[in-house]
This record gives sequence, C-alpha cells and structure tokens, in this order.
Amino acid sequence: MEATERNLQLFPKKDARLYMSFMYVTFTSLLVGGLMGLLQTFVRSGRFTLPFNINYYTILTVHGVILGLVLTTFFIIGFQFALMGKTVGISDKQRMVGWISFWMMLVGTVMAAVTILVGQANVLYTFYAPLAAHPAFYFGLAFVIIGSWISAFTNFRQLYVWKKAHKGEKSPLLAFMVVINMLMWVIASLGVAIAVVVQFIPWSLGMTDTINVLVSRTLFWYFGHPLVYFWLLPAYMAWYAIIPKIIGGKLFSDSLARLAFILLLMFSIPVGFHHQLTEPGIDPTWKFIQVVLTMMVVIPSLMTAFSIFATFEITGRRKGFSSLFGWFKKLPWGDVRFLAPFIGMVAFIPGGIGGIINASHQMNALIHNTIWVTGHFHLTVATTVILTYFGIAYWLVPHLTGRRLTPQLNKLGIIQSIIWTVGMLIMSTSMHIEGLLGGPRRSAFSNYAGGAQVDTWIGYQLAQAIGGTILFVGILLMTYIFIKLAFFAPKGVEEFPIAEEDTDAQKTPKILENWYLWVGITIALIAFAYTIPMIDIIKHSPPGSVPFKFPIGRS
Amino acid sequence: MHLHKYEKIWLAFGMASLVVFLLVIGFAAFWKGTHPQSSLDMIDQNNIEAYDNFKPENLGLQEVADGKYKVNIVASTFNYDFGVDKDEKPVKTIRIPQGSTVLFTITTKDVVHGFQVAGTNVNMMVEPGHISRYETVMKKKGEYTIVCNEYCGIGHHQMFGKVEVY
Ligand code: HEM
Ligand SMILES: [Cu+2]
Ligand SMILES: [Cu+2]
Repeated sequence: MEATERNLQLFPKKDARLYMSFMYVTFTSLLVGGLMGLLQTFVRSGRFTLPFNINYYTILTVHGVILGLVLTTFFIIGFQFALMGKTVGISDKQRMVGWISFWMMLVGTVMAAVTILVGQANVLYTFYAPLAAHPAFYFGLAFVIIGSWISAFTNFRQLYVWKKAHKGEKSPLLAFMVVINMLMWVIASLGVAIAVVVQFIPWSLGMTDTINVLVSRTLFWYFGHPLVYFWLLPAYMAWYAIIPKIIGGKLFSDSLARLAFILLLMFSIPVGFHHQLTEPGIDPTWKFIQVVLTMMVVIPSLMTAFSIFATFEITGRRKGFSSLFGWFKKLPWGDVRFLAPFIGMVAFIPGGIGGIINASHQMNALIHNTIWVTGHFHLTVATTVILTYFGIAYWLVPHLTGRRLTPQLNKLGIIQSIIWTVGMLIMSTSMHIEGLLGGPRRSAFSNYAGGAQVDTWIGYQLAQAIGGTILFVGILLMTYIFIKLAFFAPKGVEEFPIAEEDTDAQKTPKILENWYLWVGITIALIAFAYTIPMIDIIKHSPPGSVPFKFPIGRS
Repeated sequence: MHLHKYEKIWLAFGMASLVVFLLVIGFAAFWKGTHPQSSLDMIDQNNIEAYDNFKPENLGLQEVADGKYKVNIVASTFNYDFGVDKDEKPVKTIRIPQGSTVLFTITTKDVVHGFQVAGTNVNMMVEPGHISRYETVMKKKGEYTIVCNEYCGIGHHQMFGKVEVY
C-alpha cells in the first residue's frame, strides 16, 4: 500500500480498542498524578496542610509511581503498539497477547496503587531498602514489569513475522526504533525484576531475614537510568519520523536515525553509578568509568539535534524560503502537533545541560538529592517527554477513535502547551535555584533548625506552588481535550503522520540491522561496567538489613 | 552512510569538547583527589559502638590538631546524634572556626539516610553497614543547615542539624 494512503487508513476497530486502552490509563494517571503534584507544591509552600491526616509521603509516592512509572509505561506501550500495527501489522494472536499484557500491567498498577493509598507503602517510587512496604506493593510492581515484557516480546514477534514475509527488505524505521526501545527495556528491567523478585518479595514476606541494601540499590539504578531513556526514545521516534511529516518534509536520514538509536541502546545501561556517586561501598574508579560511558550519550544527542534542525531548514527551503532564517518563521507554529513537541525540544537544551552537570562525578555533590534534581527531571520528563507525548496524542487519539482534531481543539492544545510552558518555567526554575541553595528534595515542609539559609528556600517553595497551580490548570485542560478527542470530536479521519524517505535517499547499510552485533556490544559494555564492581559489592557485604516498617508508619 | 559536511564539523566539535571535559573531571578526580565520597569501610550496623568513631564519647566535634577537626555522627530515624554537651544535653549545633579542615564521618543504625551541609559539597549517602566520610575546608563564615536529603520515612523532613562557621 502507498505510504500516504496508509497514513490515512484507520485501524480495524479491534486493534484500535487495544491501543486506546493504554491511552485511557495514561490520561487517568495524568489527572490523578497531577493532582498529587499540585498538593505537594501546596504543602511545601508551608501554607497548607493535607486534610484527613493524609501523609505527604503517601501522595509523593502516588505521584512518583503514577506519573514516573505508570503513565509513561502505558503511553509508551500503547503508542508503540500503534506504530507496530501501522508499519508491520498485528495478528489476531499477537493482539490477544497484547491484551494479556495490558491486563497484567493494569492489575499490577491497581495492586500497587491500593497498597500505597492505604498507607502501607510510603516508600516513594524508588522503594529503597530497608524501608519495607507491604508485599502487595512489590507484587504489583512485578506484575507491571512482567506485563511490559509480554508486550516487548509481542513487538519482537511482530517485526520478526514481517521480516520473514519481506525477505531482503529493510525493516520500517519506526518498527526498528520500537524494537530498540523494547530491547533496552527488557535488558534494563531485568535488574529491577531481580531485585523485586529475588530480594524484596521474599524479604517482605518474612521468608528471608535480611536484604543486601547496596546490591538492591545497584540493581535499581542499573534499571533507573535506562528507564529515563525508555521514556525519551518514543519522543525521539516522533522527532525523527513523525514531525518531518507534520511540517510537510521528508525523513532527514534513515541510517542516521538508526545509528542514533543503536548508540542510545549501547550507552543507556552501563551507567547507573552516576545515580550513586555519593554512595559508600563503590570504588570511585568504577564510578568514573560509568561517568565516561554516561557522557557518550552526547554523541547521539548531537546527531539528533542536527537531524531535527536540518529537517526544519530543508523543508523550509523547499517551500522557497531562501533567507538565512526565513524558513524558521514558516514552521507550522499554529499546529499543536508540531508546537507541543517543539517546546519539548527546546526544553531539552537546558534539560540536557543540567543532566551533564548532574552526572559530572564531583559536581554531583553540590546538587545530589537537592530539589535541583526534581527541577531537572520536570524539564526533561515532565516537559520534553510529556509535551511530545501530548503532541502525539493530538493525532493518535482521534486516529484511534475515528474522529478529528478540530481547529478549535487545536487551539485549545496550543493554549495548553503555553500554560504548561509557563507553569513549568516557574516551577522548574525555582526548583533549580532552591537546589543550588541546598534545599532538599522529597521533603514535606519544614523550618529545619531555622535561620537565614532556610528562609531563602521558602520563597522558592511559594514560587513552586504558583507554577504547580498553573501546571494543574494545564492538566485539567489536557484532560478535557483528551475526553473530547476520545468521545465527542466530530467523526472523520485524522492522519497518522509517518514521514517518508526522499526518493533519492541513500541506501541504509545492512549492518544497522544486525541485531546480534548491537545487542552483543550492549551486553559486553554492561559486563565491562558492572562485573567487577558488582563482585566487589557482593564480596564486601556488610550484614544484611532486616525490614523496617515503623519509619514509614506501618506497625 | 553519508554524513553532511556541516554535520561532521558539528560532531567533531562536540566530541572534542566532550574529550576535553572528561579530561578535566578525570584530572580533578584522580590527580587532585576530588572523587565524590566513596568510602569502602564497613561496620556492623547492629553494633556500631564497636567502631571507635561511633562510641558515645567520640560523637560530635573533636579537635585533632591545630585547625583540624573531626565530626563523628550517628544517623537514625529521624535524628543525627552529635553527642552531648557539658550538661548532658544533645548537641544540635556544631561550631567550627573559619578556615578549619573538617572530616565528617557518619554511619546509620537503621535505614538509608542522607547527610548534606546545605549549600556545600559535604553531601553523602549514609547506608547501613557502611561508613561515609568527607573532608573539607570550611572557608566561609555563616550558619549552614544540615539536612537529611534521602528519604528515610515519614519524619524525614524533621531530621536536621546545624553547622556554624565563626
Ligand atoms: C501538575 C504538574 C506537576 C506538579 C505540580 C509536580 C510537582 C512535583 C513536586 C513538587 C515534586 C517534588 C516533591 C518532593 O520532592 O518533595 C515532584 C516530584 C516528582 N514528579 Fe512531579 N509534578 C508535576 C508533573 C509531573 C509529571 C508530568 C511527571 C512525570 C511524567 C512528574 C514526575 C515526578 C517524579 C518522578 C517525581 C519524583 C518523586 C520522588 O522523588 O519520589 N511530575 N513533582
Ligand atoms: Cu541517569
Ligand atoms: Cu531522611
């Protein structure tokens, strides 16, 4: 089928229903998690206390789990299923397995959420040992992870079946990208799965007496950094392969896009120590090695930045704008499918710079665990990634429901993007500054020992409450737009915008699809970065820790 | 695979900056000794007093030489133990003369905690079974808040202390 024609062809109902289910969970999570975020900023302003004796750390756990883990994973898997369905197709059996994955993840989410809400898991989304939540929390997490693996293997199978039917053809770019992201996810989440299943579950059930704290943290962060790339890669998919279509251009370079994704796969995992830089028990030389590996991400990031701006310029010039920056003015600023992700790209500039600061070995000590870090990831995840996801949802949801993004909804989307930008600018900037002044993250309001230093923090916490309020208005508006697109917008066909290659594009080298090679290098890098320090950590283990329940209010 | 000429320049410039950057932080870490806190010393968290630094009489501030100090601290939910003063009252503020070299040594009796002298580089994770230590020169006068900056339970924000540099 002609590519453009396929972009305009709606999915069969039964496929669309699966993809939409993931979107319902995504946007429900946004509303629930956003409300928690708003309450957090209120509490931290010092002018508000939570009603009904609700604990600050309960809502913070909900916020982190629901937005950081649930919203992201559901959106990504739903979006990626839709991409696979569009580019390589889905069989009846694969769809059924997709449903199993969906329900398993949903059951896990509900289990974890209920455990948190009844106050039995005030452990935050990182659930650091030896704080011990109720076992149901860990079981819930295990279900979410295993459910996500089921969809990963379905995606692998989808591409495999397509390849067999299309011998000698290169895989569709977006299907290739989905498989890279899911490979990364499976390899990375093995770490947290081992921690949860082998360490936390038996320990929380009382089957083992103690837990090795540093091993559990190291396994968590082996997963924790690739986790953030798992959020980011779907945004990159849109930047590389969808935005060019929206602005009326072509793919910049198929091979370059694939190469960037391969580099991101290789350098996403052997880097977790950059989250453990100030921890005892880990040799600083290995910390430094992982810092170097972390910084390799600069290369695919620069490639991505170049590709994107080159696409913008080429497209503008093809449309006949010849002055140096004339093409820039003519980008479709009034199209929310472009504007929202574009703001996301811009936010990634300060976001990326902040990331380099965080991972810089010794500079990390100034900001580690201060609210600066929270400011950092609200720029990267909660702006770059989320605004790109919104940018996707504006066409994906109506494409799935057989409706249209009307000019009026488009306009609301633009207002939404601006509200988000303003709110985040206020909240994130004040978090960054407060962090540099030493204000800690993950903390309810406190005057500490009083004094001038603490006084300087409180003003910024007020500013965060103002930014947070604006953001929450943005979330309400987004929820409204989603409901409209899902149920009420006029019927029609919204394009599924996938960009094509130029007719005279260079051939993509075959080696880019040599999975054994790339996965092999990835595993070799992980083995290099982790084997020796992990053996050291295990060999030099202190006595294990018993479960601690009272600190999180469990008796 | 084809790379545009400008892209080659852009990537070459980017990678060269990266190499310089890594050399700078590597030099600072390995030759100037500015690695982040990475103590490899261990302790039995159920019997911390077996370790000299954490015997009750050794907690808090001690002058070890002219202009050189030690601060030993035990963290537990939700408190820092800096020892007791002359009246047997718990010490809450550590007073250090400007320009002194101070070695902070800390461990935990229970869960993971943080220890930051806010606004300075004294920032470490404190984990059961491990000892964390960081040496620094207190150059600037003023009052610094000590905060626990790793979540340790529902009283986490009530875990603090103070350093006064005079
Ligand atoms: C209305 C919008 C939002 C507001 C007002 C908000 C506010 C906050 C605040 C104040 C904190 C820090 C609390 C503390 O450290 O004590 C926080 C943490 C966090 N936020 Fe948000 N946020 C919003 C949206 C989001 C979104 C969209 C995401 C992710 C997609 C997100 C992910 C996180 C995560 C992962 C944490 C860390 C939780 C932890 O440290 O345990 N937030 N948020
Ligand atoms: Cu990271
Ligand atoms: Cu704490």
